[in-house]
Amino acid sequence: MPKPDLRELPATQGQPSPEQSVGSGARPTAKPVRHPDSLKGTILKVVLLGLVDAFAVYILMMLFLSQSWPALAVSSLVVLAINWIYLRKGGLPAKYLAPGVLFLLVFQVLVVVFSGYIAFTNYGDGHNSTKEDAISAIQMTAQKRVPDSPAYKASVLTKGSDFYLLFTDPSGKAQLGSSEDPLTEVPEAGKDSTGKATSLAGYQTLKFQEIVANQQEILKITVPVSDDPADGTLRTADGSTAYQFKPALNYDAATDTFTDTDTGSQYRDNGKGAFADANGETLATGWKIDVGMDNFVRAFTDPSLRGPLLGVILWTFTFSIASVALTFVMGLFLAITFNREDLRGKKAYRILMILPYAFPAFLSGLVWSGILNPEFGWLNQTLLGGANIGWLTDPVLAKISVLVVNVWLGFPYMFLVCTGALQSLPSEIDEAARMDGASAWRVFRSIKLPLLLVSVAPLLISSFAFNFNNFNVIYMLTGGGPRFADTDRDIGSTDILITLVYKVAFGQGTGRDYGLASALAIIIFIIVATISAISFKQTKALEDVN
Amino acid sequence: MSVRTLADTKETALDGGPSPLAPARRPFGVWFKDKGWRHVVGIVTTIFAVFPLLYVLSAALDSNGTLVGSNGLFSRFDTGNFVALFSDPTRPFGRWFVNTLVVGTVTSAATVFLGAMAAYAFSRMRFKGRRMGLLTLLLLQMFPQLLAVVAIFLLLSGISQVIPALGLGSQLGLIMVYLGGALGVNTYLMYGFFNTVPQSLDEAAKIDGASHVQIFFGIILRLVTPILAVVGLLAFIGISSEFVIASVVLTDPDSQTLAVGLYSYVAQQRSENWGVFAAGAVIAAIPVMALFLFLQKYIVSGLTAGSVKG
Repeated sequence: MPKPDLRELPATQGQPSPEQSVGSGARPTAKPVRHPDSLKGTILKVVLLGLVDAFAVYILMMLFLSQSWPALAVSSLVVLAINWIYLRKGGLPAKYLAPGVLFLLVFQVLVVVFSGYIAFTNYGDGHNSTKEDAISAIQMTAQKRVPDSPAYKASVLTKGSDFYLLFTDPSGKAQLGSSEDPLTEVPEAGKDSTGKATSLAGYQTLKFQEIVANQQEILKITVPVSDDPADGTLRTADGSTAYQFKPALNYDAATDTFTDTDTGSQYRDNGKGAFADANGETLATGWKIDVGMDNFVRAFTDPSLRGPLLGVILWTFTFSIASVALTFVMGLFLAITFNREDLRGKKAYRILMILPYAFPAFLSGLVWSGILNPEFGWLNQTLLGGANIGWLTDPVLAKISVLVVNVWLGFPYMFLVCTGALQSLPSEIDEAARMDGASAWRVFRSIKLPLLLVSVAPLLISSFAFNFNNFNVIYMLTGGGPRFADTDRDIGSTDILITLVYKVAFGQGTGRDYGLASALAIIIFIIVATISAISFKQTKALEDVN
Repeated sequence: MSVRTLADTKETALDGGPSPLAPARRPFGVWFKDKGWRHVVGIVTTIFAVFPLLYVLSAALDSNGTLVGSNGLFSRFDTGNFVALFSDPTRPFGRWFVNTLVVGTVTSAATVFLGAMAAYAFSRMRFKGRRMGLLTLLLLQMFPQLLAVVAIFLLLSGISQVIPALGLGSQLGLIMVYLGGALGVNTYLMYGFFNTVPQSLDEAAKIDGASHVQIFFGIILRLVTPILAVVGLLAFIGISSEFVIASVVLTDPDSQTLAVGLYSYVAQQRSENWGVFAAGAVIAAIPVMALFLFLQKYIVSGLTAGSVKG
């Protein structure tokens, strides 16, 4: 992270000060200092910038080694820009803005742009790499034991955290390999009395207990026989005997097809990032392609998604509007109720009432899910004497429960905000209106409320935007359930758009579909941005910016 | 009327109000219309606000452990749940707690620092694109990062392949992601507050030969401490509750935060681990709530300032 400079570089000609050669690359020459502490400031600046540059050089080297050319180019430009900002004389605002803006650009703006790109691809489980990777992955995974392949004796070795297999083939030749490295002959391997190669200098041999403990890892080791995937692999199930496996699917580069070695059926590129046979059966591993608007179209046409998605959109609006309205009404009512200097216990009430706001939000949903649990929860068991009311399992009651919990979470904020806004209203208004004979209600409705809304409206809009994406309360309380009956996807009555996005992208059960999730996220962006823009225009809040 | 009787007893109990001692001076009806109903509202709301917190505290202190066993409030007191909480090696609660403190503290400190620098620039300097910059920040805060969680995941998994220390599974990577939102609403809150510090102070200091750095660290930051505390605290609370990005980035149980870890306690078997979860919830909530109450004066004034300025 670039640090702000601690002093403007005093710029005049002269000898470069020794400190200045510490940092990166070319430096402008520095001048005799004008301020008493300017030397200290310059040293600090050079040290900080030097640290940033050293870190940057490390990153650039790593990028160079991994041959990520576009990332390397962009990063180099960023590093140059940072140095330019902090080394030139003018441009003071940039020096204060640069660090925050850098993070903002990378982790907020860039990821939004990147989301936009992903929304137009089929990125997701089974489609996360290039076609070449997919072809070799298919060859690697679609393996069958070669019918009478000889049994190899095997020992499991480790070096660092990597696992290796040491084989002794039927002729007694010792060979070493791992998932990454094809077989290589190691004549120097140490052998036991039966002629089985068991040890190798520089590697540790696993003992029986260790093999048992690492069974999962060992099962995953597939040692390619040679650089050509078609030659097959060696695998071991028990850590002591290995067999040769060969691809069950043969790839023909000339026709770009896979042929099943048993049935002879052919799989070809179906244009959708996967290999498919004549019946439309696809192979599990595909690759990433651009699919244009397909994800957006799918969101509104796929029968397992269309109905539930409309329900989710409707509920998202209902939930966020109702949450803002209920918390605001309750907060305002409480603010008015307690807006009395001479009310005893006012402070105690206030502290107790804002406790829900101080309680971590993710815990609130979980705690309430315990209270409202239909079978074991406190509400049914203790308060309602063993009733069996589906607070979280009935579609309508679940929605009500979600709203109640969200009001519990949100009213203290509105209470605080409304109290502040009420107290900032001039008291003469009240007196003048009373003199004119207006009732308390009339004063409130016609004078105080409109004035209050002017200052609170922007917060109501932010609150709407926040609740529109209020992931925690939904996910922790109901997990989006109860599930819709008319879809096989994990979507339910209380799911809002953002929990839907999360489930589509990272959910268990159904595969991860990054493309579709990003398309849904883009739809949310557009909805929230439109509503915010319109309402901000209405309240003219932007005019306050000067 | 039940409300009236309730208020009547409340008045005696809580307020020690004037009516029982001197009913002649002030009739109950008048008192109730003026103030008594406010206490009724206050008590009902307080019960609504506090009950879930008492419930979780009671469940934490009852080592019976299941959800159904937690229904008798404060029927037992023991610390079995807390012992169980710290002795489960597959769910390292102590580590989660430390992780949350580290991630939360580093992120909120950096957020305050980055936000204050930006607010200083916007408040004290006049430059091209300043108005545009403020408007852009206002609009950007409408886009929560969690919407881009897929892109964040893929970006970090890309970074993992080049620099593992900053990629998936790394708390440093998570902190950097959080810092992407450091400007947004925080700069806005601070900008409003910075503007209330008279510019003549800066000018006087400038004449005395102070540099902009000395003005920033020596004068401005000291005068705006309340808003720094508010932003830092709100950032800390927000980050310690953040689930989505943390759950995607932090995959190893040892590196997870409380939000991700505690969720795993009740995600699958909600009723069996209830007591232990409640104990974890109490420990997770107490520092945050204590800090909140300790600083609540500042928070209220910070929020109020925000509400009045819009």
